[in-house]
Amino acid sequence: MSEGWCRGRSLALFVLVILLPIWIARGFQSDELLQDDEEFGLEGGRPAADPQPPTNPIRSPIRRRPDLDPPSGSADSKSVQFSLEHNLGASEFSPAGTFTARLKSWSHGGQTLTKLRFSRNALTEEEKRAFERLLKEDGHYTIRVPSNVLNPSGEDYVISSVRARCIPRESLDEHFVIHTDGVNIIAVNYGSAGACQYPRLLRYPAKWSFTSYTVLKNSEQAPRTPTFAEELLDGEDGLGEGVKPPEKSFWAKYWMYLVPLGFIVMNAMTQAMNMPEEQQVAGQSTSQGQVAQRAPPTTTTVRRR
Amino acid sequence: MAIRACLGLMILLFSSTISTALFEDQVGLSDWHQKYIGKVKHAIFHTQKTGRKRVVVSTEENVLASLDLRTGNIFWRHVLGKIDCIDQVDIALGKYVVTLSSGGSILRAWNLPDGQMIWESILQVSAPSKSLLHALANMNVGKDNLILVFGGSLIHALSSTDGQIVWRKELSTNSLEIQQVFQPRDSDIFYALGFIDSSEFVAYYVNYKNGEVLQQSKASFKSGFCGEASLSSNDVVVALDASRTYLVSISFRNGVITFQQTYIPDLIPEFSGKATLLPSKYNGILAVDIASSIVLLRVKGVNELEIIEKINYPSAISDALPFSKEQQAFAILQHDESRIHIKVKFDTDLTNEVLKETIQLDGQRGNVEKVFINNYIRTDRTHGFRVLVVMEDHSLLLVQQGEIVWTREDGLASIVDSTTSELPVEKEGVSVAEVEHSLFEWLKGHFLKLKGTLMLASPDEVAAIQAIRLKSFEKNQMTRDHNGFRKLIIVLTRAGKILALHTGDGRVVWSVLLPVLRESETCGNPFVLNVYQWQVPHHRAMHENPSVLVIGRCGHNFDAPGIFSIVDAYTGKVHNSLVLEHSVRHVMPLPLTDSTEQHLHIVIDDNLHAHLYPKTSDAVKIFLDEMPNVFWYSVEVGKNIIKGYSLEIKGELDMAENVFQPKELWSIVFPSESETIALTATRKMNEIVHTQAKIVADQDVMYKYISKNILFVATVAPKASGEIGSATPEEAWLYAYLIDTVSGRILHRVSHQGAQGPIHAVVSENWVVYHYFNLRAHRHEMSVIEIYDQSREDNKDVWKLVLGKHNLTAPISSYSKPDVTVKSQSYFFIHSVKSMAVTATAKGITSKQLLIGTIGDQVLALDKRFLDPRRSANPTQSEKEEGIIPLTDSLPIVPQSYVTHALQVEGLRGIVTTPAKLESTTLVFSYGVDLFFTRIAPSRTYDSLTEDFSYALLLLTIVALVAALLVTWALSERKELREKWR
Repeated sequence: MSEGWCRGRSLALFVLVILLPIWIARGFQSDELLQDDEEFGLEGGRPAADPQPPTNPIRSPIRRRPDLDPPSGSADSKSVQFSLEHNLGASEFSPAGTFTARLKSWSHGGQTLTKLRFSRNALTEEEKRAFERLLKEDGHYTIRVPSNVLNPSGEDYVISSVRARCIPRESLDEHFVIHTDGVNIIAVNYGSAGACQYPRLLRYPAKWSFTSYTVLKNSEQAPRTPTFAEELLDGEDGLGEGVKPPEKSFWAKYWMYLVPLGFIVMNAMTQAMNMPEEQQVAGQSTSQGQVAQRAPPTTTTVRRR
Repeated sequence: MAIRACLGLMILLFSSTISTALFEDQVGLSDWHQKYIGKVKHAIFHTQKTGRKRVVVSTEENVLASLDLRTGNIFWRHVLGKIDCIDQVDIALGKYVVTLSSGGSILRAWNLPDGQMIWESILQVSAPSKSLLHALANMNVGKDNLILVFGGSLIHALSSTDGQIVWRKELSTNSLEIQQVFQPRDSDIFYALGFIDSSEFVAYYVNYKNGEVLQQSKASFKSGFCGEASLSSNDVVVALDASRTYLVSISFRNGVITFQQTYIPDLIPEFSGKATLLPSKYNGILAVDIASSIVLLRVKGVNELEIIEKINYPSAISDALPFSKEQQAFAILQHDESRIHIKVKFDTDLTNEVLKETIQLDGQRGNVEKVFINNYIRTDRTHGFRVLVVMEDHSLLLVQQGEIVWTREDGLASIVDSTTSELPVEKEGVSVAEVEHSLFEWLKGHFLKLKGTLMLASPDEVAAIQAIRLKSFEKNQMTRDHNGFRKLIIVLTRAGKILALHTGDGRVVWSVLLPVLRESETCGNPFVLNVYQWQVPHHRAMHENPSVLVIGRCGHNFDAPGIFSIVDAYTGKVHNSLVLEHSVRHVMPLPLTDSTEQHLHIVIDDNLHAHLYPKTSDAVKIFLDEMPNVFWYSVEVGKNIIKGYSLEIKGELDMAENVFQPKELWSIVFPSESETIALTATRKMNEIVHTQAKIVADQDVMYKYISKNILFVATVAPKASGEIGSATPEEAWLYAYLIDTVSGRILHRVSHQGAQGPIHAVVSENWVVYHYFNLRAHRHEMSVIEIYDQSREDNKDVWKLVLGKHNLTAPISSYSKPDVTVKSQSYFFIHSVKSMAVTATAKGITSKQLLIGTIGDQVLALDKRFLDPRRSANPTQSEKEEGIIPLTDSLPIVPQSYVTHALQVEGLRGIVTTPAKLESTTLVFSYGVDLFFTRIAPSRTYDSLTEDFSYALLLLTIVALVAALLVTWALSERKELREKWR
């Protein structure tokens, strides 16, 4: 389990290391049109002992500071906040953190969410107890976010759950994948950062704080249907040979005829060559035959004895 | 080693030819096709003049058919589309059948003898309203009879020879509903009588030659009409008021309308509730249906109604048959236990019966629903009558001379759901005579076959061989066979009847009209939903019969109480039948069985409470162990939400009720301004996957992501949710989702721009294939998504396998972060699709074929290899060896790969596949108006000899070889001996 966590952790770090230069590069021209709008964020949760009120989240130092970015205040992007709520067992949902995202307007009219970041509130003592209870009974830890980010109506929430026992590693590791369509959140996939082994063992985290990874996902376009008009006629039977087999050599094609022909020719030639000797050989063979004919009586006499 | 063996097998499979076509003489060997028409709505008998003994019927499945009155066989048949509902049927000119369909907007004439369409007219209809067809008799406008069509406020008069509109008249702009048309003898006017806004009675006197309204009279009636009227004589119409408790006689003599009300309880003291007028055209007689019986009333003028006869339920009454100038005949059918009494009477003399017959009926047909009467001339020149009877189970009977001449099981045209059941295991103790007989038959058959193979057979014998092949004793036996080809298909029809069909020849083994699915006081308007396997005994297969579970609902609303019935699969005996206290929203068969091998089922009611069945403590105990691992989801199409739940117990579990509460775990909310749910599809619960590994080119392995919890969801743009062409390519798009239903994770989400429904999808193993319309390319398209598990990629390292550092045996958890890759590809496809399915085999080794119900009502088998996302334009040599087909932009349609060969499954609605015991073979059952069954082998029958295999020839060859051996041996012995003696 720890191995898997390490792998997950190192993978995330690796991704971060890869992405960090990209961010830095993007820091200078952040209104760049991004096709694949995926963003990774890592938030170190504060330790439970932190006395600061939970409403004031601390941003991870690795992230670029948005307040210093000149484009952040530009007209085509504005900041949106929406809250994450969680449910520890039977009670009602309670606030657990805040997502902040930039709202980006496109020239063709659509709006999308980008640059998602997340800050987790620290667990209160009560919540910690509730979480422990969840761990003990192998219950579900449920979170929710509003499906419409711009004007949360308070009705439609996107909910996601995971067995509480999947979360604890060294700290509480969680992984959000938020699927969006424009400004709407379609679904949140919430779960552990790595694998969750099946016989779920009861383990308590060393640190009662959340380590969160968030990924924002938009849909991808399906590849276009290939069209080759010129090959349509060929491909009509579906099994049409894609490439014609290379032309075979004369020998490769007709060896089965050539070999017997060769034999026949050779045979004929030897026969023709042996023709004069034939008679001698024939004479020899007849004398041999006589010898052979003579021989049997001797053997029979032997046998009769 | 196993991988290598598997690879070898795969190569073997892939190298087999894809064509699985039949030879002409193989048709009917393993397949059968049955033609049906559905529940009959209207029937018209051919007149004596046409001389042919046929009846033309139109049905609720929108079929127009001509049936042979002697045998019930179909002469010709036309299946109009699903939306082209036939409203009225009539005969024009004595040689055409005229049908009015699509809400009174399409009028067609069909030739009576061969069913060819003569003409078709599209009529303008202002608003969908009740329409009326009336063929004017004996009124010639230049040797041409007119056909009148009333729809809303419009009257169209069409020529019956070519369907041209002769005249068109708009009567009133208000919501007019013409109820009756009536033409007095020898005059050139007709009366059209109807209601305006259900409160005003109106009578028009129209000249039929030009549609001129000669006279029009209106009168309003304060308590309103319920919209039914019956013409009882030339100047009196009887209608029902809005409360259905008053009979209103309306006289319209000389344009003066007077109303006269009669309170029904005054007339019929036992009346309570609501009355209905039966549509009949008797002279001066009115048939009223009150809740308990049918009452015949004679109308003696405007203010006098008199009861003539009361016919107690269950009974039915036919329409009037003009018999002579003065008389009309009609039939009354009345049930008496399992017998039906048939009485034929003349409307002039109701006290005497012309004909009185009694027929005996088996109990599984229910009550008589409709009766059509026809007369004929007997051999002794007297008049005889025959009746065509439509029963409650939608079957059709013809009764003549007190006997049922033929029956048609037309309920099978409306199959709702189906399942299969194994046949009984062959019991020991088969008599010697039977064995001898079958052995003799076997020998004889093989001798004949041998003759056929050696071209020695005479034409008669060839016919005999074909007959033997077609009705082979083997395939129709009522016992389980070694190959698993013989099964029972248990189908549930819309009428609430369950029938068991034998896969050998499609005969009905048993049928039962479920009493609980019939309309009753406890359950009005019952509605069938599904059939499931309830109990499949394995341990006690010799002694116990399997049973099926039938689920229904009392009424069409989701909150209506459910119906639950368990039926024996071998005999049709109803074991248990009840109306549930809760409603039925979903039924989930669980992969768990209790100690008596009954399958556990969870029924989710409208409040999302889960009820466990069977309600035994044993079942609860088994279920409670598995409850933490039970998850379910609900798709709320209207709200565009998919929600996932687990089950929990709030408080104490009531052992008698077994009710569990839902706990919402996840939800996915589709933005309603850009997406609406069009379709969801899941894998079949009982699908078996042979291996997770897929060997690809270069000895590489890919691991399929195999999860039983994959849900495919397709959403479309709300603007493009209508028909094709209702949206431009820019405003149409389609999103395809793969969702894990335990955790609610979206594993994959992809958009197709410019794509539109209707969508059809099939999910199997690790792939999904879906079919939609591409507006940009103006073609249908099929896309495939295959999903592979990356988390097992490491296992390819041999050293890890050797050292045991692999995770092949680790359980997979849905809560783990999925590490998947997706491959997808789209192809054009010519056909639009009615239904899609995939073949299923016993062990999942055989390659798969998609079964596509095409628009031409045929079933096309398309190899899954054509829908491989790894197809490329120039496959490498190793890819070719693997069996990858070079990329083409469209999917081929090989004419030989139609499973239905030359046949059509009219009105195709569903395709069901069941694995046979033989790994290579799948049983395919497709249903619609027709039924078709066959078995197919997607990779050919590599594991058995074909049925045509000539054992006799093999035997003969062996015998000949042995004889030759003996002879040559003897010869050589002799020769050797001679040598030795020399």
